[in-house]
Amino acid sequence: MGIEFSGVSKTYPDGTEAVAEFSCSVPSHRTLALVGTSGSGKTTLMRMVNRMIDPTTGTVLIDGSDVRDLDKVALRRSIGYVPQAGGLLPHRKVIDNVTTVPVLCGTPKAQARADALELLAKVGLDPSLAKRYPGQLSGGQQQRVAVARALAADPNILLMDEPFGAVDPIVRRDLQDQLLALQSELGKTIVLVTHDIDEAFRLGDQVIILRTGGIIAQSGSPQEIVAAPANDFVRDFIGADRAERTLRTVDLDGRQVVVDGDDRPVGVLS
Amino acid sequence: MTWFELNQDLVWDLLGRHARLAIPAVLISVVIAIVLGRIAWRWPRVGSVVLGISSLLYSVPALPLLIVIPVILSVPLRSETNLVIALSVYGTALLAGTAADAFRSVDIRVREAAEAMGHSPTGIFWRVDLPLSLPVLLSGIRVVAVSTVSLVTIGALVGISSLGSLLTDGFQRNIREEVAIGVVGTMLLAMALDLLIVALGAVLTPWQQRTKAGATT
Repeated sequence: MGIEFSGVSKTYPDGTEAVAEFSCSVPSHRTLALVGTSGSGKTTLMRMVNRMIDPTTGTVLIDGSDVRDLDKVALRRSIGYVPQAGGLLPHRKVIDNVTTVPVLCGTPKAQARADALELLAKVGLDPSLAKRYPGQLSGGQQQRVAVARALAADPNILLMDEPFGAVDPIVRRDLQDQLLALQSELGKTIVLVTHDIDEAFRLGDQVIILRTGGIIAQSGSPQEIVAAPANDFVRDFIGADRAERTLRTVDLDGRQVVVDGDDRPVGVLS
Repeated sequence: MTWFELNQDLVWDLLGRHARLAIPAVLISVVIAIVLGRIAWRWPRVGSVVLGISSLLYSVPALPLLIVIPVILSVPLRSETNLVIALSVYGTALLAGTAADAFRSVDIRVREAAEAMGHSPTGIFWRVDLPLSLPVLLSGIRVVAVSTVSLVTIGALVGISSLGSLLTDGFQRNIREEVAIGVVGTMLLAMALDLLIVALGAVLTPWQQRTKAGATT
């Protein structure tokens, strides 16, 4: 079942069309990566799932029911949300950030705290950090806390709003690996918003490349998109013509070495 | 024998009265200013009118205000209530704008994330906006506290007892020491209240102290 966008549009009062007639479905336990530049409507689309934004026309369905029929607050508590950098509550300790939603939902505090400590370990954080404030952590650690916080109430759906956009490339890679490992264990239905095509390809089972105004430039698995970019916009966006995307193999002492368009080695064929 | 040694009991009594006039007025100002500031933050157009009126009220001279309030609200002229109301008007006028700024100082990313996690609008106010606006709010409350303590002395002119009574009495009877004690006492009370608010602020905003002290990598 999962999430289904059915002909959704969003037009703001000033006439700006953020999203136009967008339809797509995300099967359960799968990751949809919405990727595009700013103004492509990717965040708007994601926010329609937890009703931070209501579409002007069309409907968003979760497991077949229209989100508009659900209570906003209850709906949001049932969906995990990983904000961009800086979205933790700065005045609450790490542990209290993680227990936010369970406590709002009425889980006894002691129980919520015990669960939170386990979750912190799961996202690769030392439990000794639990008593710190977010401002005392590095950017990468903060986003790990954000992931733990989103998972705390064990939601079926996870919304991720450029979660790793503000950390340096090495930490980002780490966080992405961690998320992939968690996802293979937990199997959430994820909607990920990113402007980084490599992140979309790494994390998404399905990738939708959006152009300005929420128009789908191409939708498909990462392999499908790389193999056959639908048009020049996609070709340009994924850098299909960049040297590092055009790989070939050369034979070197009996091993198949993969090199890119500039003849730089990227690896060997196993 | 100095005047102070002979009149210690009077001074302590007046100091107590002074505090009992100033503190309720500050508390009332804080509550009303937060409400007005919230309105001004939420609806900027209504807010600019509200804040405009409140700063206009601040410009009303104190003596006429002490005479107008009894007429409008039919409280006795020489009652402590009259003075507390007048001080609350000034305190609110002074603080409402700062309260609006305090709400504007809350990081929009934090508020939006809190909303997306499922905080109700009331929950956002109590658990996110109010605590995070405290640092700015407290700086405004300090100004109001000090200004209120010094304004209390005006009450002595219409016969509401406080350390201000030492000023009026001392001037009339030409006792310099009495005037000096009235001035210094008022200043010390203002400083004590200010220190109390600073200490309270440190207790209420532990994340600020810790983040400043702790190294962030």
